[in-house]
Amino acid sequence: MSLDNLLRLSIGELFLKFPYTKDFFTDHLVPYEGHENYTVNQLFENMDEEVIEDNAINTELFITSLVEYIELMSSYFASNQETENTITIYPGFYKDGTKEHFKKIEITKGDIVSIVGPTGSGKSRLLADIEWAANMDTPTKRKVLINGRVLEPHERFSASNKLVAQLSQNMNFVMDLSVYEFLDLHASSRMVENKEQIIAKIFDKANELAGEGFSKDVPITELSGGQSRALMIADTAILSKAPIILIDEIENAGIDRKKALDLLIGEDKIVLMSTHDPILALMGDKRIVINNGGIETIIETSKDERSILSNLEELDKTLMDMRNRLRYGKRLKFEEEFKHE
Amino acid sequence: MDLITVSGPPSSGKTSVLIKTIENFLKRNISVGVVKFDCLFTDDDIYFQKLGIPVRKGLSGSLCPDHYFVSNIEEVVEWGLKENVDVLITESAGLCNRCSPYIQDIKAVCIIDNLSGINTPKKIGPMLKSADIVVITKGDIVSQAEREVFTMKVQSVNPKAIIMHVNGLSGQGAYELSTFIHDETKHVETLEGMKLRYPMPAALCSYCLGETRIGKSHQLGNIRKIDLSDIK
Repeated sequence: MSLDNLLRLSIGELFLKFPYTKDFFTDHLVPYEGHENYTVNQLFENMDEEVIEDNAINTELFITSLVEYIELMSSYFASNQETENTITIYPGFYKDGTKEHFKKIEITKGDIVSIVGPTGSGKSRLLADIEWAANMDTPTKRKVLINGRVLEPHERFSASNKLVAQLSQNMNFVMDLSVYEFLDLHASSRMVENKEQIIAKIFDKANELAGEGFSKDVPITELSGGQSRALMIADTAILSKAPIILIDEIENAGIDRKKALDLLIGEDKIVLMSTHDPILALMGDKRIVINNGGIETIIETSKDERSILSNLEELDKTLMDMRNRLRYGKRLKFEEEFKHE
Repeated sequence: MDLITVSGPPSSGKTSVLIKTIENFLKRNISVGVVKFDCLFTDDDIYFQKLGIPVRKGLSGSLCPDHYFVSNIEEVVEWGLKENVDVLITESAGLCNRCSPYIQDIKAVCIIDNLSGINTPKKIGPMLKSADIVVITKGDIVSQAEREVFTMKVQSVNPKAIIMHVNGLSGQGAYELSTFIHDETKHVETLEGMKLRYPMPAALCSYCLGETRIGKSHQLGNIRKIDLSDIK
């Protein structure tokens, strides 16, 4: 959409061709009702000076921004097909300047990778390097390729094509909306076509993940911690465009973590988890060990470890069962709780 | 010396983001000076001082802080040149979200936060709409979906801007911000003859001049009345 072409269209034609531009006029407080037959220039020529001043409209900026917005949205629709499949990380340097010893790390979609290391060891920096698609221009000097190539500057800055979605423990819902209104808002902002189906799918999945179910009419701020996290995970898995999901621990309470991870990788996401919870860490295919700002080593989850995982899951289940009994006013009896031992 | 003007609603995290960004400048041996504009009170200068950099603050008192900013920016630039810093950052908080202190050809950064509500981008006027870089803060405490929706809302009022997410507490994103907020080839010697990106709003009524009495007979100058007639 060139500027010349845009200026030739009437506002009505513009809305027909690019429906989202209507919101653009509204968001910029530019009144157009009743003037749909005008071109953009005619609209401003006939607009009261006072309206322009009161609504703080910068006509020149508005027109150039509109062109930019149409281009942006068009590219957004076009890029819907392309999905990122692999991340390749090449070594950089430790905090003290020595080179990291690994050759390269490849992560593909469907992979679950845990990132482990003491506090302050550089986990966040690694995640930031991935999010930013570092090109030897971050403090670690690491190089990160997406689908085998270095990202162009405009791809790194793109707000709508962000690589990484983040889920962390201290995240809350702050909007004053019901579950349905919330999903509707998110789906509308993503401009998906089959909105109702997607909303229904997220809602069902979230209920599957949550220990206790919830309805579509509950305000999101009234959901329990487990329900909130279940909704956030289902929403991120299904509606977020980011190919990489970054998880900063998932608390054990009120959510089925195995199902949550299965949902994420089922939606072709790459899952990176910063965790020290043995169940989560062992659910990963491999774990990246970080120390002193550098990647020390990459450990594949062994068969032996997998068998520990099934024991841990059993322990976890025992705890969950006890929790549920307490919740429903039951007494716990030693013989019953540990009879399968 | 490069000049960067930073603006944003009160409590959006401007100072926290700037401190994390400046730390990254200092690590790269880029010297920085800060001038903080506020209305009644600020002790943010103390936080900047802790970084060991030259800082000044300006309190506008009874004047609109943005008008005060424009009337003083030329002197501020002279101060920065005298201090011989590589980057001079001005930080100001608009009070009514209508003004913006941005100057043509000078990098303009707007800082807003995820908690401010999804209609806020629409409410902020030129301060957001004409910024070159929009930094969104407090992303660590809201859900991914809310972050995405908020980002889209910002993008729809300012599609030209580079939109960045920075965590003012952990500093996540501040390194990246520091790499393109500053243009080493840019040398500002004077602002004489330069222009604001957008005019400040008209405000010249008796209350601007200190009137405190209420009532029609005390209202002079640029007065406008609210429409409270019955809705048909």
